[in-house]
Amino acid sequence: MSFGPFLLLALLEGTVMAAVLALTAVGLSLVFGVMRVVNVAHGEFFMVGAVLAWFVTTYLPFPPALSWLVALIIAPLIVAAIAALADTLILKRLTYDPEATIVATIGILYMLQQAVLTLYGPDARPVPAPFEWRIQTPWFGYSGYKLFVVAASGAILTAVWLFMTRSRAGLVMRATQVDRDIARAFGINVDRVYAGTFALGAGLAAVAAVLIVPIQQAHYLMGHDPLLLSFVVVIIGGLGSIRGTLVAALVIGLSDGVISMFFSPTLAKILATLLVAMVLVFRPQGLFGAKA
Amino acid sequence: MKVWALHLAVVAALFALQFVLPPYHATNLARIMVLAVFAMGYNIAFGYTGLLSLGHAVFFAAGMFGMGLPVWHLDWTALPALITGLAAGGLVAGAVGLLALRTAGVSFMIVTLMFAQAGYLLLLYFGAVTGGDEGFVVETSSRSVFGWNLSEDGPRYVAALTLFAAALLSCLWLVRSPFGRVMVAMRENEDRSRMLGYNPFRVKLIALVMSGLYAGAAGAVYGLLFGYVGATFATIQYSILPMLYVLLGGAGTVLGPLLGAAVVFYLIDITSAFTDAYFFVVGASLVALVLFAPKGILGTIRERVAAWLP
Repeated sequence: MSFGPFLLLALLEGTVMAAVLALTAVGLSLVFGVMRVVNVAHGEFFMVGAVLAWFVTTYLPFPPALSWLVALIIAPLIVAAIAALADTLILKRLTYDPEATIVATIGILYMLQQAVLTLYGPDARPVPAPFEWRIQTPWFGYSGYKLFVVAASGAILTAVWLFMTRSRAGLVMRATQVDRDIARAFGINVDRVYAGTFALGAGLAAVAAVLIVPIQQAHYLMGHDPLLLSFVVVIIGGLGSIRGTLVAALVIGLSDGVISMFFSPTLAKILATLLVAMVLVFRPQGLFGAKA
Repeated sequence: MKVWALHLAVVAALFALQFVLPPYHATNLARIMVLAVFAMGYNIAFGYTGLLSLGHAVFFAAGMFGMGLPVWHLDWTALPALITGLAAGGLVAGAVGLLALRTAGVSFMIVTLMFAQAGYLLLLYFGAVTGGDEGFVVETSSRSVFGWNLSEDGPRYVAALTLFAAALLSCLWLVRSPFGRVMVAMRENEDRSRMLGYNPFRVKLIALVMSGLYAGAAGAVYGLLFGYVGATFATIQYSILPMLYVLLGGAGTVLGPLLGAAVVFYLIDITSAFTDAYFFVVGASLVALVLFAPKGILGTIRERVAAWLP
């Protein structure tokens, strides 16, 4: 295969990655933006979503497409419920102190990981794609499902954007983000907003996981990379800025696809992590964020 | 006086324990002491100076590889390799600190986490030199210092205790010195200390480098005593463990890291007898600690009964 098609393939892979990354990272960004909580367990919510998708598709006696659709609805809801519970039982009692919540979410990370390891086991297990369909280009065949993932992510992200900017709940969330004391003075139940935001953020990670799991397989350690890359994206895009997060997801996803394919995935991750560290040190508002 | 007596008594008790304990627990205790030195380093940064780092694994690994690589590739003997290990820990901490200390709070945590992750990935990327995923074994022949073979139980215990005693007493001296007080001032109120004429960046950098020296020494000795050097020791898990030890034992107490390391070690040891879900124990204890005992064991004791505890 010559350079041109090879680059096209790398860019396609990068776009798929960017789409899923954007979903995961928007969840993390929402939680940070509204609650000022750095959720280290975000990757585990992603992983639990993927594992639940495996359980649903394996034990439901429906055809693959239907059981996958059921998983796409059920898995995020369960994950959101777990997150809301964690928020009410743990984070709320810490009064969202930034350092204590980080330690607590690390604890949640270990507990979720171990729970999945015990109940699901250490194997990576495949989830069948809801449909098999290949697009034939002159140089290579490409999975149609991957393109569907991109489209679905786009649709869900649009829905999130509409929810945040057009709905009353979104307005309440943004008001809480700007000033939680004033919001409380106006009769907003801030505790509920926080629990809802944490659940929404975790749910988005789970949606991303269900979308990607037919390509990737479900494994109890799979939350590590999404967490790291979401951090990268959220920080480069500017903490709490959703538009910046989207742009950064595209940049990181595409460059990761290209560097992984032409050099090595490890090198791509090294560059991304160092980039984040440098951005935080020299431009803490993010490359796309407004000056604080 | 009381303070020095207490700490010397702890060292003496640890020395005596080796004649009483069965070999299995003596080896455990040697491991705990080395890990406690790592945690003491973490405590200097987090407990005393208020720098919550999520990247100390990279300092530990720097010490370990700083010791292991010259032994493996250049056939160095143990003693000079220990010194390069110690220096590597301090150097990496200094380099990370120069950049990371421009940020504070949550950003500092993420920057240190990212540097540690980059360090871990670099170890994998240059797997040809570092042994990559598998790591490498430090040959028994190069594991002796002053004629003592550190792969044997007795000398290993004494070596661990020597490192631990040196670290404990120097840490005690440090936190009671004027500079130690300035470190605490940075933790309590950085703006006020700046107004009093201290340079926060300089103080925090020195504290972080000392923290890195402790972590590096612990890493180098760990590799030497247990004969294995590997990239696993650079994973995030080894940044979390010293934090757990310090939080449990009591942040900002000199003996807290030892207590925390011992409790966590035996907690995992005992629970793994009837379940292999020990990560759950680690996670649950982290959550329980921040919820119910943010000051840790010794921190609570100091608050309630013994205010003189350093």
